[in-house]
Amino acid sequence: VTRAASAAATGYATLAERARRMRRHIIRMTSHAGSGHPGPSFSPVEILASLYFAELSLDPQHPDWPERDRFVLSKGHAAPALYAALHEAGFFCEETMLTLRQVGSLLQGHPHVKTPGVDATTGSLGLGLSQAVGMALGVTMRHSRSRVYALIGDGECDEGQIWEAALAAAHFRLGNLVVFVDHNGYQFDGPVEEVMRLAPLADKWRAFGWRVEEIDGHDFEQILGFLERARHSADQPSLAVASTVKGYGVSFMAGSQEYHARSLTSEETQRALIELEGPAQAPAKTGDGG
Amino acid sequence: MASAACPPAQEQRIALGDALVRLGKEYPQLVVLSPDVSLSTRAIKFKAAYPERFICTGISEQNTLGMAAGLSTTGWLPLVAGYAMFVAGKAWEPLRNSVAYSGLNVKIVATHAGINVGPDGVTHQAIEDIALMRAIPGMTVLAPTDANQVEPVLRAALEHNGPVYVRLERAAIPALTDPGSPFAVGDSLTLRDGTDATVFGLGGMVAAALEAAEQLAAEGIRARVVSMVSIKPLDEAVVVRAARQTGAIVVAEDHNRCGGLGSAIAETLARLAPVPMEQVALPDVFAESGPAHALYVKYQLTTEHIARAVHTAITRRIQAGRDVP
Repeated sequence: VTRAASAAATGYATLAERARRMRRHIIRMTSHAGSGHPGPSFSPVEILASLYFAELSLDPQHPDWPERDRFVLSKGHAAPALYAALHEAGFFCEETMLTLRQVGSLLQGHPHVKTPGVDATTGSLGLGLSQAVGMALGVTMRHSRSRVYALIGDGECDEGQIWEAALAAAHFRLGNLVVFVDHNGYQFDGPVEEVMRLAPLADKWRAFGWRVEEIDGHDFEQILGFLERARHSADQPSLAVASTVKGYGVSFMAGSQEYHARSLTSEETQRALIELEGPAQAPAKTGDGG
Repeated sequence: MASAACPPAQEQRIALGDALVRLGKEYPQLVVLSPDVSLSTRAIKFKAAYPERFICTGISEQNTLGMAAGLSTTGWLPLVAGYAMFVAGKAWEPLRNSVAYSGLNVKIVATHAGINVGPDGVTHQAIEDIALMRAIPGMTVLAPTDANQVEPVLRAALEHNGPVYVRLERAAIPALTDPGSPFAVGDSLTLRDGTDATVFGLGGMVAAALEAAEQLAAEGIRARVVSMVSIKPLDEAVVVRAARQTGAIVVAEDHNRCGGLGSAIAETLARLAPVPMEQVALPDVFAESGPAHALYVKYQLTTEHIARAVHTAITRRIQAGRDVP
């Protein structure tokens, strides 16, 4: 084992710990709120953990730092996953996190730019990628080295505006734009291939002029490898079709469509939190630092 | 529609192209996005002057509004110039959710509003755009009186921090304002005083309202004429004053009678100073192809219709037993 490989293994373990904590946050947030989308929030957790703890250049003390990298959660219903990452990164405290979906909260049901660390208002599917394209073009026109990242859903690719944005990103040669498709295979009404066929999805993006890879969206090595290669793309936007599992990380949620748009019952919440208990989770019963 | 007495008519989009070139110099952060209509909107002039700040976005209004939202968060001041039907209609939701809900500093200049677009027909005649725009919280909605007022209105839009919709028409409009007259968001422009009735006009209909007032004067009726350049926020003080001083209101606009300037003024009147009000507007129908003037005749948007509406409003006021000092 080389030192680099060993360092990488340590890095993956750290990211895995972030992902575990993020999933606990997601469960606690949505169960406390009594609504939300825990299943679709779980599938991109490894991607978000990789971005927020191994890739993005950010300053939680100065969320509007102009030279920061940007992240757009185009599939805005995974807001709890974004909030979990932002909390872990230090953008807001735990108390704030648990106000999700409450009146007066900084944390709306779907992301809004008033939340520290949120770069784009999203939630209406199909609208986020265009904003990311505008940001990537904007920082390019400023000769800034900022990079722009986005996560879109697979079902979201039904939206026409996604493909308008896909055309524009390639046309404007936005090598600083990096996109993940959270390909968990399900949308609200059923499997994406039954609702509206997307296959061959990677080929479609390639045909639109993107540099495309197909990866396992829960494998840190593959996610980080894709991000590294994307850094070397001079004038082509990069996209990973990331195979993921809805509800990944909790046995009874994984692969289930049940938790697309409802929070867990208190009994399910307890089961999920027990499954997600980490090695140093002793004080969990006293309110959880999670 | 200009009579011989009217000053020379000019197209607002010609003024738009020239204004963008001047404003581009004053506002180095201004970028213009054009969904493949720069020849028609005259945004092409901005492209010629500042090619590095001109972004042709292709025929994709939704993506254009989304990109404008993103650009505005990276230090740019984006202005989208497109047809009213498509930037207000097709791109309404990205405008609502990506721009306005975030309170982003994006300007939308919509050309070709109303049925005066003419021969292109109903698919290109935006008669609902004001309703769509003013229903969005935080939107500012402006409509210059003539070509001369395009630049002052654009300047006010750029100075305003937040989303602004500027509505321009395709047809040439008689010059009624002086170039360079200052304008601020919320301003109205009283062009003729009168005590018997008030006509609130919008864009090209203001010139028709002035003609109507001239005709009415020959009958001894003194009609006030106000250009409601700022549809939202509305100059409520001038509306209330008109209601109290003249007691009879007419609103004239090249827009459907639902949701436009007429509705905005009716909302204010109902709340603060209820008096009889008549509308000169599209009677909740789609128009058709044809020369602008012929369409105005068929769809009841002429000087004569305004004059008739003034008579009706005054008659209603008298029947209601209201006296005006």
